[in-house]
Amino acid sequence: MLITITLNHKKITSEVSPDTLLIDWVRAQGCASVKRGCETANCGLCTVFLEEKPVLSCSVLAVRADGKRVTTLEGLQEEAAEFGAFIADQGAEQCGFCNPGFVMNALALFREKPDPTEEEIREYLAGNLCRCSGYEGQMRGILNFLAWKKEKKSAKEEVR
Amino acid sequence: MKTVNRPVRKKDAMQLLTGQPVYTDDIAPKDCLIVKLLRSPHANAVVETIRTDIAKKVPGIEAIYTWEDIPQDGRRYTIAGQTYPEASPYDRLILDRHVRYVGDPVAIVAGEDEKAVDKALSLIKVTYEVLEPVLDFRKAKDAPILVHPEENWESLCPVGAENKRNLCAHEESGSGDIEAVLADCDLMIDRVYHTKACQQTMMETFRTFCTIDAYGRLHVVSSTQIVFHCRRIIANALHIPKSMVRVGKPRIGGGFGAKQTAVSEVYPAFVTWKTKKPSKIIFTREESMTASTPRHEMEIRIRLGAMKNGWIRGIDMYTLSNTGAYGEHGPTTVGLTGHKAIPLYGRAEAFHFDCDVVYTNVMAAGAYRGYGATQGLFAVESAVNELAAMLKMDPFRLRELNIVREGEVMPAYFDQVNSSCALDRCLKKVHEMIRWEEKYPVRDMGNGKVRSVGMGMALQGSGIAGLDVGSATLRLGDENTYNLTIGAADMGTGCDTILAQIAAEVLDCDLDNIMVFGADTDASPYDSGSYASSTTYVTGKAVELCALKLREQICRLGAKLLHCEESQVEFDGKKVYALSKSRETLLEEEETKAGESLAEKRADAGESLAEKESDAEEPLAEKGTDVSEPPAEKGTDVGESLAKKGEDTGESLAEKGTDVGESQETGTAAPCVSLEEIAAAAMSGNEISLEAAYTHSSPISPPPFMVGAVELETDLLTGEVKVIEFDACVDCGTPVNPNLARVQAEGGIVQGIGMALTENITYDGKGRVSENSLMQYKIPTRLDMGEIHVEFESSYEDTGPFGAKSIGEIVINTPLPSIADALYHATGHRYYELPITPEQIAMAAEVLEKEA
Repeated sequence: MLITITLNHKKITSEVSPDTLLIDWVRAQGCASVKRGCETANCGLCTVFLEEKPVLSCSVLAVRADGKRVTTLEGLQEEAAEFGAFIADQGAEQCGFCNPGFVMNALALFREKPDPTEEEIREYLAGNLCRCSGYEGQMRGILNFLAWKKEKKSAKEEVR
Repeated sequence: MKTVNRPVRKKDAMQLLTGQPVYTDDIAPKDCLIVKLLRSPHANAVVETIRTDIAKKVPGIEAIYTWEDIPQDGRRYTIAGQTYPEASPYDRLILDRHVRYVGDPVAIVAGEDEKAVDKALSLIKVTYEVLEPVLDFRKAKDAPILVHPEENWESLCPVGAENKRNLCAHEESGSGDIEAVLADCDLMIDRVYHTKACQQTMMETFRTFCTIDAYGRLHVVSSTQIVFHCRRIIANALHIPKSMVRVGKPRIGGGFGAKQTAVSEVYPAFVTWKTKKPSKIIFTREESMTASTPRHEMEIRIRLGAMKNGWIRGIDMYTLSNTGAYGEHGPTTVGLTGHKAIPLYGRAEAFHFDCDVVYTNVMAAGAYRGYGATQGLFAVESAVNELAAMLKMDPFRLRELNIVREGEVMPAYFDQVNSSCALDRCLKKVHEMIRWEEKYPVRDMGNGKVRSVGMGMALQGSGIAGLDVGSATLRLGDENTYNLTIGAADMGTGCDTILAQIAAEVLDCDLDNIMVFGADTDASPYDSGSYASSTTYVTGKAVELCALKLREQICRLGAKLLHCEESQVEFDGKKVYALSKSRETLLEEEETKAGESLAEKRADAGESLAEKESDAEEPLAEKGTDVSEPPAEKGTDVGESLAKKGEDTGESLAEKGTDVGESQETGTAAPCVSLEEIAAAAMSGNEISLEAAYTHSSPISPPPFMVGAVELETDLLTGEVKVIEFDACVDCGTPVNPNLARVQAEGGIVQGIGMALTENITYDGKGRVSENSLMQYKIPTRLDMGEIHVEFESSYEDTGPFGAKSIGEIVINTPLPSIADALYHATGHRYYELPITPEQIAMAAEVLEKEA
């Protein structure tokens, strides 16, 4: 089947078989940030944006994305680095294998809820498993990032 | 300290967080053959016939291998990553006609793409002679059915292994007359504890790719903690010379011990060696859950004797360990159940430890963080908690009365002296952190729920004493940068950064000036690998000593450029200065001067200052000399011969050097030469090496200590348990990187919580694992761990780099006994088997209610 997907702002037309999963398609396009941690939609490692909404690319057929926009971490490098720095400052990236999915979903959370509570953070990211960090360092990083964002925003408003 | 003990970022952090392609499958050649395995559906069977002719006709299939391609009488091997000769028996073939667990490989299929390979797998026709399996590990020893009846089974070490008895190992040890002591005690706890074959569940499953290099050698790139052991294992498996194998590791997506065993490497290695084409294998999560290398299931009987005043006088332990179908890490994990748990109780007069490791027809076990200590500590700490309840004594108080203290000899820890220990301070700290006085033992929340607390202690090792080898090479390159090359494997723990911190500290430079490379058997210096909590303690020390050695070499070349004796220069990390006199003379003079000027002041103050000064000048050098005698001598020999050579031809260089030094330093007191100039001189007409290599082993394994306490909320009606908070304090010596040490602790605690509450492994009647996906095998999510608080109470371990011990493994241990005891406080029922499920709790609560 011939499909056209706008991957990270670039239109790509390619031939796929009906059972090609989106995760395998984006990896074949060079988006190696997208990782597979299970085959049962439990781990969150393969999170990508489909029309700006986070989905598990292991559970979406490539053909379902036909005519749509798909974003991976490759298309969000600046945002990823800005937020990621706060996780790095906690040493909570650890092995890093779950990082892309976690960062994608965290960015989705910040877009949806710019000022989430700790409970909202935990719930939103509950599907992003991490075996190394014990999650606490990720939480500290997220809270520091949000505080920094807030400060930056209020500093901007003061200048105005 | 400028770099050590600082919470710096991991060197690879931003690459990982922005999703760069740095893992095995990201960098595998695109034209790799896809390798998959046909696995046995039977727990114990012999392949009668296997037909591959139809499967081979599938377009794109390159090769299919069966037991017929593997000499069945050839030498067997182990996939355990251990120092040769391995304690784990040689009991494997790449493909064995006799399959021993559900999941044992029957055929290797290699083809152009996944679809072709999957199709071929479905077309292979196998008939089996199905045999009765040994599934109950309590009945395995001396059972009529043998898991390994074959004659070419081999045990390389005297570990008490006898394949004709289903025994993978047997050990007995002790000190004092345990029976007499127990008989003389006021009371005795006699209990049996059971822990399961939990999965490491690192996010990146097992994976490997292989190519043939320009020299016709097999190049293996794998997600492994043990590149050097891996090379030996692959050579053993393929029966090819080790020189024909090169193993490297890229970034690793977690290991926790799983990748201390060569689970996936052998299969693509075999395919590439046969076909000379690149190939790769990526384990599915299901394979990682059912055909891998989990924790050893264990049953531990504890008899613990004590007096009414709380004095623990004797501990007797018998451990039965289930190694499954193959013996990886079987003989070695079991010892830790006793040797890492019993020594916590330093007042005991006697101990006895006896163990059996048995073969059964389930998935083989292996190395998982904690490595037997986890199981042993669950048993011993649970028994001590039960003793506290019997004595109506606070568990913290009972510990205070009995714990091992710094400087004491530990009979159950191979008579090693407890050289650095802050266990007492850890106890005090956790007692405060969790507000034990307020919460102990249980509070009724008035809504059918209760909140209760429990605690436990832990001990682990720092490397394997006298066995583990850590090495480093350091080279001064252009622009003030150093290349640090290691054979240890950073699996996300951050050891690349931690080791660089140690090097930067010694070399007086910024962390950014240290480039790290590891690990590759062709390029790295020999290192046992990253396991046994050895990297910071053993390899870290090698890095420290290596950096000291390189400093000397830098000084040697600097002195040459400055036309003076080596003893007359000093290096501050940026420049080598020529001193007017030798360092020793200057030091003496300074000391005298300091003494004289202070003579008018109080004598003792003067003394202490002088002491401080001399300490500050020499601590690194002194340490280096103490520990490093034999390698340092070697180094000097080489260095000397080089220096002699240099003398003959070095005239013109020295002249050049003088020009540089003087022009740089007009108007300053001491002539000097900068590190850049030294680095440049090293690359021009030079015979003094600016590369140092160092190898280190430690004769002891100083234990880190930890105390943990948990607060749980239990719904007595449903048995649902919620972790409210977990508080822990660790003594890992000096934390080289406090951030990374903290995250190790937090991550380990959450794994321990999982093992205590949700991570279950069960088998059906045919030996099939029921928990074969992350759907069934529940590792904690961020909703399941409550709040975790970690503090450090540091001791200083003289034999470690800058006082450091280990942290990687100890952190998983304390949640198990803590949670079990908190649930006793909640329900009044004792739990002896993990995980403690809501069903167990609700049933127990109901029984107790009826009794009441």
